[in-house]
Amino acid sequence: MRLYADNAKCSGCRACLVACSLHLFGENNPKKAALSIVPHFPAPGTFEVKVCTQCGECAAVCPVDAIHQNEKDAYYVVPEECTLCMACVEACPEGVVFSRPDVDYVWECDACGDCVDVCGPDALWIAE
Amino acid sequence: MNGYAGRILRVNLSDGAITTEPTPEDVVRDFLGGRGLGAYLLWTEVPQGADPLGPENKLFISPGPLSGTLFPGAGKMDFTTRSPLTGGYADASMGGMLTAEIKYAGYDSIILEGISPKPVYLYIDDDTVELRDASEYWGMGSFALEKQLKDELGEEFQIATIGPAGENLVKYACINHDFGRQAGRGGVGTVMGAKKIKAIAVRGTGGIPIADVNEFIRLGKEAYRACKEADGFKAWTRYGTMIVTSWCDKNGALPTRNFQSGSFEDASNIYAPVFRRTIVVTDKGCFGCPSPCGKYAYSKKYDIYVEGPEYETNGMLGSDVGLSDIEDIAKANQLCDELGLDTISAGGCIAWAMECYEKGILDREQTDGLELRFGNAEATFALIERIARREGRLGSLLAEGVKHAAAEVGQGSERWAIHVKGMEQSAYDTHSATSMLLAYMTADVGAHHNRAWAITYDIAEGRDKVSPDKAAKVIELQHTRPLMDVLGCCRLQWVELGMSLDYYAPAVTALTGVEYSWEDLLHISERVWNLTRMIWVREVEDFGRGWDAPAPRFVEEPAVGGPTDGQFTPPEAAQQMLDYYYEQRGWDENGIPTPETLERMGLAELVEADSA
Repeated sequence: MRLYADNAKCSGCRACLVACSLHLFGENNPKKAALSIVPHFPAPGTFEVKVCTQCGECAAVCPVDAIHQNEKDAYYVVPEECTLCMACVEACPEGVVFSRPDVDYVWECDACGDCVDVCGPDALWIAE
Repeated sequence: MNGYAGRILRVNLSDGAITTEPTPEDVVRDFLGGRGLGAYLLWTEVPQGADPLGPENKLFISPGPLSGTLFPGAGKMDFTTRSPLTGGYADASMGGMLTAEIKYAGYDSIILEGISPKPVYLYIDDDTVELRDASEYWGMGSFALEKQLKDELGEEFQIATIGPAGENLVKYACINHDFGRQAGRGGVGTVMGAKKIKAIAVRGTGGIPIADVNEFIRLGKEAYRACKEADGFKAWTRYGTMIVTSWCDKNGALPTRNFQSGSFEDASNIYAPVFRRTIVVTDKGCFGCPSPCGKYAYSKKYDIYVEGPEYETNGMLGSDVGLSDIEDIAKANQLCDELGLDTISAGGCIAWAMECYEKGILDREQTDGLELRFGNAEATFALIERIARREGRLGSLLAEGVKHAAAEVGQGSERWAIHVKGMEQSAYDTHSATSMLLAYMTADVGAHHNRAWAITYDIAEGRDKVSPDKAAKVIELQHTRPLMDVLGCCRLQWVELGMSLDYYAPAVTALTGVEYSWEDLLHISERVWNLTRMIWVREVEDFGRGWDAPAPRFVEEPAVGGPTDGQFTPPEAAQQMLDYYYEQRGWDENGIPTPETLERMGLAELVEADSA
């Protein structure tokens, strides 16, 4: 299972980012989400949603095998095992393995679907 | 403190001092945040008689407790100040992303005080706060500067700017943000200009503490689901506020040629489907919005991008000035945004001047050569530019607002200056809608619709009916709608989608850990309403009943054409509505809150302390 996004439907509101950070960290903080929205304004006036495609590149390059798959076959980082080497961040073709200075591991989308629940325009969905 | 960032940022522009202080817990218990916190700070911090454009006036920039959280429409904030347009209380609400970012950076309010000796912008990156030189940005357009600052600082920074109109102290200059969102009314951008602060750039990387995380997530998700499943969701998100254009036109509420009529013969050219089909590019939501009313547009005719026009702009820079090409209106909108003018007040001023011209009170020389007839798009564009730059005789005159302009020009033009308290009326004709007329008469910033919108109620009850129930409805709306501005969220999920009001108190309780009932929240909103009234009482020497007078046109002159043809509200009917209203509010016959009312609102001590 993976998360899909339709750029044309996204209105850039970021409710998805808040839902995501609450799921991953129990924290209301969109800077700690596992997807991102890139606004292209003032021209051409569109939003670009970057989501994990579950391609597995991150797991393939992880030197300590800290990236596992959950029951949905979605990749996730085990915090205690991550050494912050950043190999996965660099390898990710979508730029959706995330890090922040105050977190001592990287994180990515585990396909939980909480973002889908709060997306008004249905720009996000989970499917095979 | 759960639900809050816990700090207030104080920036003294005169001496450059930047300090933080803890958010006072007792104050936010009583006033919550947003416009509530802003009104409290304005009352306690700005001395009586402070010149709105002088160093003693302050600008309070306040998110609310729900801002930036997982709650539908949690993207609103308030700019509160003493208004340079009206001389009284002003707050302007703004959507977009800034409110959330301010909370994440760790602030419940930003207080701008003093006047900078040179143009600056305020840079906030969490705890790093600096006043930076903005000399090279002075004169730039709002969104040109937003783009430049985004390029320089990074996409994560959220930016609010003023345009040339704010710099030139046009009395209704707005603040722009997010390539299309504005704090429009009352001259909040003028105050920024007077303080020589061209922009605010904020990045925050912190979170917002929540008392009961699981309960808050549960409520938030349920509220989002309720919005998505609402009957009106699809049509609303397709058209945004433009959806009401046709309704207003058919119900005599669409301001036309300076509110001479409530119906426009060419209105079908500016209805929402034409707009959507012709120019809309993207739906654009404010922070946390499930039902984005923002419509980002591209006009091929003018090769411009603009967010909008939304309904108010469509009315005030469309039918009210006689424009009937949606791309002309988009162009006027874009000019106002880039130059930093409130589209509602700008439209009101231009429409008044057009009527003066058509009636022969202003001639070609007095319009600096403009053929200022209703429907002249080029003249409208030219005048917008001139107002923003205070160019020419008419540009400078209209830059002061319609009340001042009419007093200056005289010759009866006061009779068609459509304002209350000096604020140009927003886009609902009130010849025949007694509740809505009362709503405009008593709105605490002047003639603005966002405090109470009651035309559907008027139609249901009888448009010309005068009754205590109608006054009660206005009061109920004046507590409910501005409550959203206190909480830092948008009212439209409730107003347009019918999202239940039952979500709000439990959400604020789960967020803050302080038990609030719906009645508690309404009581706070009523407290704020009484405090903003007291600000008028304090600041305006002869404040009283006369200041709640409607624009003369609606009580003296029948509407021309359309479904309300021949109708107007007799002046005694308007006064009777005001009597009902004052009585129910616990205000005396001159509209001043009685000592008992202030006591009941928990304001007696605050008011006494001020007069002592």
